[in-house]
Amino acid sequence: MPEIRVTPLGAGQDVGRSCILVSIAGKNVMLDCGMHMGFNDDRRFPDFSYITQNGRLTDFLDCVIISHFHLDHCGALPYFSEMVGYDGPIYMTHPTQAICPILLEDYRKIAVDKKGEANFFTSQMIKDCMKKVVAVHLHQTVQVDDELEIKAYYAGHVLGAAMFQIKVGSESVVYTGDYNMTPDRHLGAAWIDKCRPNLLITESTYATTIRDSKRCRERDFLKKVHETVERGGKVLIPVFALGRAQELCILLETFWERMNLKVPIYFSTGLTEKANHYYKLFIPWTNQKIRKTFVQRNMFEFKHIKAFDRAFADNPGPMVVFATPGMLHAGQSLQIFRKWAGNEKNMVIMPGYCVQGTVGHKILSGQRKLEMEGRQVLEVKMQVEYMSFSAHADAKGIMQLVGQAEPESVLLVHGEAKKMEFLKQKIEQELRVSCYMPANGETVTLPTSLSIPVGISLGLLKREMAQGLLPEAKKPRLLHGTLIMKDSNFRLVSSEQALKELGLAEHQLRFTCRVHLHDTRKEQETALRVYSHLKSILKDHYVQHLPDGSVTVESILIQATAPSEDPGTKVLLVSWTYQDEELGSFLTSLLKKGLPQAPS
Amino acid sequence: MAAHLKKRVYEEFTKVVQQQQEEIATKKLRLTKPSKSAALHIDLCKATSPADALQYLLQFARKPVEAESVEGVVRILLEHYYKENDPSVRLKIASLLGLLSKTTGFSPDCIMDDAINILQNEKSHQVLAQLLDTLLAIGTKLPENQAIQMRLVDVACKHLTDTSHGVRNKCLQLLGNLGSLEKSVTKDAEGLATRDVQKIIGDYFSDQDPRVRTAAIKAMLQLHERGLKLHQTIYNQACKLLSDDYEQVRSAAVQLIWVVSQLYPESIVPIPSSNEEIRLVDDAFGKICHMVSDGSWVVRVQAAKLLGSMEQVSSHFLEQTLDKKLMSDLRRKRTAHERAKELYSSGEFSSGRKWGDDAPKEEVDTGAVNLIESGACGAFVHGLEDEMYEVRIAAVEALCMLAQSSPSFAEKCLDFLVDMFNDEIEEVRLQSIHTMRKISNNITLREDQLDTVLAVLEDSSRDIREALHELLCCTNVSTKEGIHLALVELLKNLTKYPTDRDSIWKCLKFLGSRHPTLVLPLVPELLSTHPFFDTAEPDMDDPAYIAVLVLIFNAAKTCPTMPALFSDHTFRHYAYLRDSLSHLVPALRLPGRKLVSSAVSPSIISQEDPSQQFLQQSLERVYSLQHLDPQGAQELLEFTIRDLQRLGELQSELAGVADFSATYLRCQLLLIKALQEKLWNVAAPLYLKQSDLASAAAKQIMEETYKMEFMYSGVENKQVVIIHHMRLQAKALQLIVTARTTRGLDPLFGMCEKFLQEVDFFQRYFITDLPHLQDSFVDKLLDLMPRLMTSKPAEVVKILQTMLRQSAFLHLPLPEQIHKASATIIEPAGESDNPLRFTSGLVVALDVDATLEHVQDPQNTVKVQVCQVLYPDGQAQMIHPKPADFRNPGPGRHRLITQVYLSHTAWTEPCQVEVRLLLSYNSSARIPKCPWMEGGEVSPQVETSIEGTIPFSKPVKVYIMPKPARR
Repeated sequence: MPEIRVTPLGAGQDVGRSCILVSIAGKNVMLDCGMHMGFNDDRRFPDFSYITQNGRLTDFLDCVIISHFHLDHCGALPYFSEMVGYDGPIYMTHPTQAICPILLEDYRKIAVDKKGEANFFTSQMIKDCMKKVVAVHLHQTVQVDDELEIKAYYAGHVLGAAMFQIKVGSESVVYTGDYNMTPDRHLGAAWIDKCRPNLLITESTYATTIRDSKRCRERDFLKKVHETVERGGKVLIPVFALGRAQELCILLETFWERMNLKVPIYFSTGLTEKANHYYKLFIPWTNQKIRKTFVQRNMFEFKHIKAFDRAFADNPGPMVVFATPGMLHAGQSLQIFRKWAGNEKNMVIMPGYCVQGTVGHKILSGQRKLEMEGRQVLEVKMQVEYMSFSAHADAKGIMQLVGQAEPESVLLVHGEAKKMEFLKQKIEQELRVSCYMPANGETVTLPTSLSIPVGISLGLLKREMAQGLLPEAKKPRLLHGTLIMKDSNFRLVSSEQALKELGLAEHQLRFTCRVHLHDTRKEQETALRVYSHLKSILKDHYVQHLPDGSVTVESILIQATAPSEDPGTKVLLVSWTYQDEELGSFLTSLLKKGLPQAPS
Repeated sequence: MAAHLKKRVYEEFTKVVQQQQEEIATKKLRLTKPSKSAALHIDLCKATSPADALQYLLQFARKPVEAESVEGVVRILLEHYYKENDPSVRLKIASLLGLLSKTTGFSPDCIMDDAINILQNEKSHQVLAQLLDTLLAIGTKLPENQAIQMRLVDVACKHLTDTSHGVRNKCLQLLGNLGSLEKSVTKDAEGLATRDVQKIIGDYFSDQDPRVRTAAIKAMLQLHERGLKLHQTIYNQACKLLSDDYEQVRSAAVQLIWVVSQLYPESIVPIPSSNEEIRLVDDAFGKICHMVSDGSWVVRVQAAKLLGSMEQVSSHFLEQTLDKKLMSDLRRKRTAHERAKELYSSGEFSSGRKWGDDAPKEEVDTGAVNLIESGACGAFVHGLEDEMYEVRIAAVEALCMLAQSSPSFAEKCLDFLVDMFNDEIEEVRLQSIHTMRKISNNITLREDQLDTVLAVLEDSSRDIREALHELLCCTNVSTKEGIHLALVELLKNLTKYPTDRDSIWKCLKFLGSRHPTLVLPLVPELLSTHPFFDTAEPDMDDPAYIAVLVLIFNAAKTCPTMPALFSDHTFRHYAYLRDSLSHLVPALRLPGRKLVSSAVSPSIISQEDPSQQFLQQSLERVYSLQHLDPQGAQELLEFTIRDLQRLGELQSELAGVADFSATYLRCQLLLIKALQEKLWNVAAPLYLKQSDLASAAAKQIMEETYKMEFMYSGVENKQVVIIHHMRLQAKALQLIVTARTTRGLDPLFGMCEKFLQEVDFFQRYFITDLPHLQDSFVDKLLDLMPRLMTSKPAEVVKILQTMLRQSAFLHLPLPEQIHKASATIIEPAGESDNPLRFTSGLVVALDVDATLEHVQDPQNTVKVQVCQVLYPDGQAQMIHPKPADFRNPGPGRHRLITQVYLSHTAWTEPCQVEVRLLLSYNSSARIPKCPWMEGGEVSPQVETSIEGTIPFSKPVKVYIMPKPARR
């Protein structure tokens, strides 16, 4: 029995460190290769020794697929490929390929330069790793080897995020990565066709949440910013360089354009500028509005948003500044925050989640006096706002995607166990699809039904189709043909064709049967009586009386002879070929019942 | 050498001759017009290869075929069809047969037998499909012939089992168009058993080819469209198709479900997996709602559109579409809308300042949460958030339609509509504002909603702002703070975009008159009056101050206590504004002031019927014209015209009718006057000078008739006849005048012939109306037509002259609704003293903003608005605005916002140019064209069409100054 085996090395009942092993029809595929934000020791990377203790990974894995550029999906890639050692192909989309090294480099810098870690991957390793990458286009079917093929679907979430379909023969698995079912200001919604995979591996970050309309959030955000700048205050928006930052930029840019506002918006430089460059290039990956209007104007070429300079922070008058990092724990955003915190006209908007211990978390939980390094106390008078802009599908979205793809079973990853439990139950109840949620290291084995493709010749198919009168797609239908098994492939051909191919002569198989009839008349008359009898019964068959005294029904021959010993009985000779078995046996049984009494 | 040359000359010569011969041959063919069939036959026989034959057929298809020769052509085509081996040629022939059988005046039943015959022997699937198409064309041409229809249906059924999807498609199409459900008609079609077409089509819902499935559903819809009642059993079949793999099938299935739900809204269907039952329309509604989150946007658009027209759905299903049942972490969460509402009702304004302000409250029972299939749940929430703006627009439209029929739903969907005001696509924003306006009768805006609505006033798009002003005109506001907020935002808008002035004033006028009691407490603050101190008198020219006054005065109209709060200067300003902006400031009953206008205003309102009566009476009086002497007739006409004009001024509703009839009477008056001229009594050669008046009259009548025909909307055929008749009289007059004043017969010949042609045309186009024109000019003219045709011009003129004098005055039947087209140029205002300076030779763009009323499709070529720029040197320039420059803010109204490019050589000092709007017309537009082939060249009779323009707006003067270019 063929089966699909799935083992999460990370992201099993957990968020972060996505890494899932899939064995499908003898092929091994690794989906994502991420790091965990929460750990700084060995646990931050997946345990690759699970795959093999000794021996190269390349021998065990057929390919690696990266769904998008977030570090919890690609952070361990250089470690995996260069330090552990993997030389096979790594598949990702073009935008991911472009942006991924920037983030990895940034991550490396923070780990090595700031935290002083040794034994970390180097810049050269990132470069070497990226050389192994094969970029794929959306909806392009990539043949990894003769049997394994993969195909990317649009996933929303971030620029270049994709869902992947992995297919071997008739078995297939879809891995969603992170995705978003509601479009936002710069990206569209995830979409997949009815590919009916054996297994759908989906993220479940918001398994227990049904989200509100995003328009309210946008409107709130815009209103708050607008009111503050109208009052003459400054707005600080701490963001991470990629993803949400671009969405918020587009949002503010279009609002400024619409409302004809002149207040400057700044974007702290560095990473972001590079990233914006890529956003400008990958227009086909964005949403309808941006795609349609980019001929007139590329939406990422911001008119109102300019690069930020450190000196601008002290400028009088209103302004809006996007600064990194997003949790206000270090860097430029914290510097600006300290400068502006004292004025109650100003405002800081936190557009995302903040980890405990960061300044962001403190001010969000309502702390008004912050202790900074050097025993300074910073009094926060500015307004603090929280706006959640998240790009994961909510429970409804997940169900919607499952409904779109129509898988045989679903496997949940990338979420908390308790929340998964709920969604699992719902999926099983409402969609009647079996659902799994393995923990890290736990293997799920899924039996699949073996289907064997058989080729059929077009001539035969058409011939057989023409016989059936009404279209009945669901009903099985009888078909006559010869199955030829040759070189491990199967073909269904017509029998003549098969004979020809095999170089065999056709054998005629004839059945002959004698039926005794009690009849005193002459042979010719008997034959005539048989003829008229059959003619009256078999209305839709072709019955013929031949001049030599025999009767034919289609190709069945009936002859009447008179045995010499008994003139009172006549013997009917019925002869038919194997193909006419059905009709022939029917005829004999009919004749055995005897002829009706002739009206004498 | 010489011999050689000679030979060459000969050679060339012979060549030339040959060519000429050929040309002559072809020319002859065309001149004598041998039947089309013969020409085609020759062509086809000449064809050596299938490609050649195809070329001939293609060429042939470009030219129209007259009805008489169709049959011959068809025979030829069929003959070739039998001979032809190449399927592509047969295909073309088959398609030609179809086209030919559509020819008007040709009855295709004679070719049906042949078509069915060749159908039986045809092997190529494509040709088969095309032949079936031809049969469809034949069948639709003969809708009454039951026997033929039955036969065709039979043929279609036979071919339904074909292996090619194209053939099956066509068969289903045929069934859909011709099949019938009734079984009673069998008698006249012996031998052909009627089939249950619906059953047959239904079987193909499960065909293996998605295209055939789609065709089957379409055929079913076609049956419905033809008025056959579909069985309810289809519903279940259609529901299965909703989960089809192919989008076109799903899209069609959604339509079919909608149709069935409209047919059997009240029947009961069971809910699967439970033993409950619901109404079919509710079930269908739920299913279509589910399709709003389909994978394909085509289906989503279709579903969202259809939702709007399902009005019978029960209200609790309807309200589910807006409910998404938020939860977070398995706990019930309130939507932002609910929170806003709660904050508002608790008297606190939205803080939104705390993290976790939206923290979920109660625990949700995990068993009770239903993530999908909860019927209509959240359909509109999804639709309005869709990625494709097409879907969003469709969803907004559907919301609008549903909200119009259900006030409670309107109240609920308000929040969502308000949210749409922030959409990224302007079209969607605009659409949602319009929608809101349409449902504004059912709703009252809360303050927080108003806040969001008003935020859009700062939008840089003029369309959005104006749509919003319109919306505010008819919104109900609940509190006085709301009014204040609206006023403040509108004033902000005014300072930011001063061009919106008129629109804002108008908006405030309605806002004031709708909410007098809410405005009352605001008055002291708005006028900044103080109980003890006199405050400074505000600047009267300040548009913002005028805006405030407009609001207050309109509120004061129904609130008699308000004027007591006014200070002295307010009264003075009132008097001033009442004069200068009388359309915005109503008449007030002010203390200590006698109001003249107050006496007038009620009388106007109550007088609608009498004025209608008056109109009728004065028109009837005119009909006695015939019996009066010329002098009396003239006087009567003059009086009546004067009366009508005055009436039009007084009564805006009757202005169209009054003007229209006045114009007609003026034409008649001119005609009578012209005929009274002395010139007719004296010998011809002496009246060169006096004839001026008559010919001028003729010319003017012509002009007026064009105005009557094209400047009024709602003119019906009856009127057009009369107008054309009047024009004909004018032409006759012209002819007579020219005959009198010109010497020599040559030009007269031409004119006479032309005139007779016109009469001929008149007769042809208005043949059905001729009986109504008894005793008229044309009636008499047509009686004498044979005589006129043969007689000399001088004689013709003489006859015409007597006839003109004797002809009766025709009554002009009044149309139901008639409006005169008018235009006002708002921008440029023409008051500016600052010339528009630009470098000569370059262009300057002048913004033109005008409103047009009662203009039928202004974009269309039939009536194009033309901007005319008249330079001081008499040079005129015509500009055709782009179709996109026209907007349609309301029925009968259009708005033209365009740019006119001016350029001129240098002037020494600034000068004025005139800008005006013209209505251009084309007299052939009303005459029906003969339709034959869509693909053929367009060849309407251009000879008779007259194009021209009518100015219909006051000219506006613009001061410009082209400066010489500096080197």
